[in-house]
Amino acid sequence: MIIYLLRRLGFILITLILASIIIFGSTQLLPGDVAQVMLGKFATEKALENVREELGLNKPAYVQYFGWLKNFVRGDWGNSMVSRQPVRPLILARLRNSAMIAVVALLFYVPLGILLGVIAALRKEKPLDQIISGFSMAFVGLPEFVTGLLLISAFAFRFAIFPANSSIAPGSTFIEAFPSLILPAIAVSLTGLGYIIRMTRASTIDVLSTGYVMAADLKGLPNAQVLSKHVLRNSLLPTITIVSMGIGYLIGGLIIAESVFGYPGLGRLVVYGIQRRDVILIQACSMVIVMIYSISNLIADMLYSALNPRIRYR
Amino acid sequence: MKKNRRRGASWRRLKHYPATLVGFFIVGFFLLMAFIGPLVAPYGYSDQNLSERLQPPSREHIIGTDQFGRDVFSRVLVGSRDIYLTAGSGALLAVLIGLAIGLIAGYFGGLVDEILMRLIDVLLAIPPLLLAMIVLFSLGSSRLNVVIVVGFLYIPMVSRVVRSVVLDLKTRQFVEAAKLRGETSLYIMFREILPSVLPPLAVEASMRFSYAIFLVASLGFLGLGVQPPSPDWGLMVGEARNFFSQAMWALFGPAGAVVILVVSVGFMSDGLRRMLLPGGVSE
Amino acid sequence: MSIRTTKKVQGASPGLEVRDLTITYNTEDGPLDTVRNLSFKIAPGEIYGLVGESGSGKTTIARAVVNYLASNGTIKSGRILLDGVDLCTKTKKEMRSIWGSDITMVHQDPNKSVNPSMSIGNQIAEMVRVHSGISKAEARKKAVDMLSWVRMPDPSRVARRYPHQLSGGQLQRVLIAIALVTNPRLLIMDEPTTALDVTTEAVILDLIRDLLMEYQTAVLYITHNLGVVARLCHRVGVIYAGALMEQGPVSRVFKKMLHPYTLGLLGSVPRVELDKRDIVLNTIPGYIPQPDSLPAGCIFAPRCRGAEDACRASRPPLVDTKEGADHITACRRWQVVKNTPEKFANPQEKREMREPTTEDIVLDSVNVKKYFPISRVRLGDLIRGKRPVVKAVDDISLRIRQGFTMGIVGESGCGKTTFARCIAGLEKASAGKIIVGDENLPYVVSKRSADQLKKIQMVFQNPDASLNPQHTVGASVARPLTRLKNLSKKVLQERLEELFQSVNLPKEYMNRLPHEISGGEKQRVAIARALATDPKLLICDEPISSLDVSVQASLMNTLMELQNRRGTSCLFISHDLAAVKHLSSWIAVIYLGRLWEIGSASDILKPPHHPYTEALFSALPIPDPDAKQSRVRLREAVPSAVTIPPGCRFHPRCPRKVGEICENEEPPWQDYGHWHKICCHIPLEELVEIQNADEGDLQ
Repeated sequence: MIIYLLRRLGFILITLILASIIIFGSTQLLPGDVAQVMLGKFATEKALENVREELGLNKPAYVQYFGWLKNFVRGDWGNSMVSRQPVRPLILARLRNSAMIAVVALLFYVPLGILLGVIAALRKEKPLDQIISGFSMAFVGLPEFVTGLLLISAFAFRFAIFPANSSIAPGSTFIEAFPSLILPAIAVSLTGLGYIIRMTRASTIDVLSTGYVMAADLKGLPNAQVLSKHVLRNSLLPTITIVSMGIGYLIGGLIIAESVFGYPGLGRLVVYGIQRRDVILIQACSMVIVMIYSISNLIADMLYSALNPRIRYR
Repeated sequence: MKKNRRRGASWRRLKHYPATLVGFFIVGFFLLMAFIGPLVAPYGYSDQNLSERLQPPSREHIIGTDQFGRDVFSRVLVGSRDIYLTAGSGALLAVLIGLAIGLIAGYFGGLVDEILMRLIDVLLAIPPLLLAMIVLFSLGSSRLNVVIVVGFLYIPMVSRVVRSVVLDLKTRQFVEAAKLRGETSLYIMFREILPSVLPPLAVEASMRFSYAIFLVASLGFLGLGVQPPSPDWGLMVGEARNFFSQAMWALFGPAGAVVILVVSVGFMSDGLRRMLLPGGVSE
Repeated sequence: MSIRTTKKVQGASPGLEVRDLTITYNTEDGPLDTVRNLSFKIAPGEIYGLVGESGSGKTTIARAVVNYLASNGTIKSGRILLDGVDLCTKTKKEMRSIWGSDITMVHQDPNKSVNPSMSIGNQIAEMVRVHSGISKAEARKKAVDMLSWVRMPDPSRVARRYPHQLSGGQLQRVLIAIALVTNPRLLIMDEPTTALDVTTEAVILDLIRDLLMEYQTAVLYITHNLGVVARLCHRVGVIYAGALMEQGPVSRVFKKMLHPYTLGLLGSVPRVELDKRDIVLNTIPGYIPQPDSLPAGCIFAPRCRGAEDACRASRPPLVDTKEGADHITACRRWQVVKNTPEKFANPQEKREMREPTTEDIVLDSVNVKKYFPISRVRLGDLIRGKRPVVKAVDDISLRIRQGFTMGIVGESGCGKTTFARCIAGLEKASAGKIIVGDENLPYVVSKRSADQLKKIQMVFQNPDASLNPQHTVGASVARPLTRLKNLSKKVLQERLEELFQSVNLPKEYMNRLPHEISGGEKQRVAIARALATDPKLLICDEPISSLDVSVQASLMNTLMELQNRRGTSCLFISHDLAAVKHLSSWIAVIYLGRLWEIGSASDILKPPHHPYTEALFSALPIPDPDAKQSRVRLREAVPSAVTIPPGCRFHPRCPRKVGEICENEEPPWQDYGHWHKICCHIPLEELVEIQNADEGDLQ
């Protein structure tokens, strides 16, 4: 198993490097004259030159790239082109805010999704399953901006329970921030909920039809035992993979939800960076996001290998 | 002589699943609107009438007007064309290229497969929306670029699905029988393998279409996709965001359309799966 | 609420009694009665074999007895009595207290019947705990005891293992242990040895027989293999299309069949003791009817050669023939069947065997090797600089003359299929020469010329995967004609019709798609396709293994006919020794990638045999309860082809191992005349003596 994990780790590192090339390439190397892109049509030649100097655009591509990568790995993520402040503390603070929503969302939709998915599978084709499946299908189809706006109109306008605008003061604690993050968390959760329900249901149905579940029943084991030891133990394994893939969608949802609610998270920062064409900010934010995603995939991988006897014991 | 009655695509099977039929119908309806929308709509999609800004729904304006006095209902109808064009072309692009990649990687295996799959894994390592945003930044926001980005983004999933079907088929003995006849690789890929790839590909394509609509709408909302004055539904929602408290209809009209279409395509995909892939369907 | 406490039905006997059982399935096309008015009894301590082909309903019956039918299946009428208690009246909840304690089941595929996420020990322990309430620690100890009781080597280590680390045979032992630990009243075994190799099967059958002698369990043993029934069961019931055709003690039913279907079944099985030159296998014409289109009269009548009008008019009832203990039959004309069985069988034409006219060698394979690199390299090996390989084919040389059929026998994983694929060019051989008609062929199919390709064609194992599901069967057969032979349209059509005719398929089939025809018919199409190019060598890789017994017989007859008429040489690969013996003139025995014995089919039958061949023969279940078979058994552990034992690679399992010489030196080839060669250290005369003595020494 050790070799397997080492291979996965190496693989993730390579993927990160290639992803960084894509990020850097798309933002700095590809778009023609970046300086022009950033400053717009009416920029003076001097201003353009300054930007080019600053970003090192006159150096060959690979030099730019490696320089950037080296700095990034050392912790120097550059200064925002707009605010001229170092981006790192800003990103980390925003990351913390986004993490708060993400954790709340995950704690909500993962257990609930698994529970409902298993129930739907156990009551397959019966009314309860139809209802759950129907809702999960609907949730999957609800873009976060729609859900977000609906939530605002219901809970902020109609019943003024929560603020319509979720901006929180920097450095707020979780408790202080909670009222502001609950609505975006729900918006982000619904799509994930639908996805997890559908996938868990499918995986559980597959396991229910196997020969070993029938064999377990025929051993005379109590229903609860068959369910926990034979059905769930096998159907929840793929759930790990499912949840980890869902995090990619979660991140996308966060970007949108933070924009809808005006919540000061990392997603909103990226959008801001793109709108203001702040190349340095975009690069740093994207790298951080990709790193987090990769780490979560790695953790899921490790968990899966530890729990799957086929991998654990050769 | 046994006729296996279970095989073959059949609409009959769907009569137990009315939701899927509704899905087909709605998708068809919007498709129709994509073609005749401009003809049927009561107003032009960019007809501004500033004296009638932000009017609530009424007889003249079924879903009211937006901040420029444009009729929301007409814009939604004409927007069908936008969304089908953008999301549809993007999904189609993903399907065609994904099919080619999946076929090649799956059939030839070896180094080619390894390289292609690793590249795909790299693409999958970046969260989809983020990747779309970055590439659009790089290429610039226009309809064509959105189509390219959407296509590009969904190639990995399509090629994975195709590849796994091809890998399964490659080991079947009718492929080996073809090799024993000296058939060329091209023949085997297109005449032996491809026909069996098409049904699962159709189902996957339909699902990609629904994800594409989702993505295009989200990009539109952020203002990063198709640019105004296009009646892109996501864009409409984004533009109306600032007038939320005053004119919710301008927001929920297009938003509702997005949801209805995405969910309908979802049910339609389910229907396709039941029709085309009998047996072994755990949904 | 278990059996012991419920009220009993009047007049019931101990053991299992099924009365008038009818099972219905709700399908897309309406309700179908797949089992109708079935009745049988099994006394405690009795092993009852339920025999039927696919579609007969035997698995449905098993599921009904345990009350575990699929959601669209119901018991329409009838009673299922276990020690007098009617199981049909029980709810699923009530059945839970009966399952495992009073009724247990061993399923068909052991790999699919065990939980992949639980250790072996825990799966046995949980069974023990639920039914006896002992503590966890005690249960774990009991699990290890159970494993040694079913003769599992190294039981405590196995208990800690997971299913994917065990072989099929080992897993089946575990399942048998689980099924017997609670001393159930009824044990149902649903084809428990079908997925196993024949030598493993023999060991497991021995185990079952020995263990059951200690119990008073009623056993329902479901199978399609008549040989297994003969070896293991006391009574047998023959099922066809959901109804009982004949039932009685095994000793009587196998000797004096009283129903044409039983006659047909027993006649379709090729017999190892007989010489193919005499026999055309008995086949049963037609197909098993669908439950919704049953004939009005006797359901077997449309396929029966001796059916009369009265048979077709009304359904004959089951008759107690008074021929012996409880021997019943559903045939009106059973006396005729008993006295003149020939009337119901294939007309026994003596086949005219065409003698080959030339001495030409069609295939000359010399020192063929195929080594596969291992994908998962262990760290230890990497460090030592070794790259371990799987030696699938390790130096095989054999020759096939024109007009002859060479059969290759061996168990799964022995390399026979890999060898065949190397010859065909589908696998790239690692070394050796493949010479067909004087040409040394390139290893890979893509490098062979059209002429070379025409000479070798192949028929594969799985009929469902052999034909492209999207092409019509006519197109599939026509393609080689256009690709390799470039025939004009008119000639093509004629040739196509001729091919279809030669495999006994009506030409109307040409426009059908594969899913519209049966498995046996698909194989015929595959044969026609292979013959399209007039190959010199036809390679058949287990072409009949996945078919029903009666269908196998008709296909074997067709293959023999084709061989005879066209003079095509054939390389026939199978694990079924009887089929190979029936079809081939020459037989080669393979184990772990090497040849161990080669000779004519009749010579292989008699001593001297290589010990492995001997074990294969003695393991083969013969459908004759009186047959005397020696009991030569191999130990179960098949070594992997990566770490091949030194010396004679068969020595770890060889029942006739002589001593150190077997462990250290590779054995020599010994010649016994008439091109019969055996590779063994034991001198052949000695082998003849020992083996003759053993065969006289009956078990």
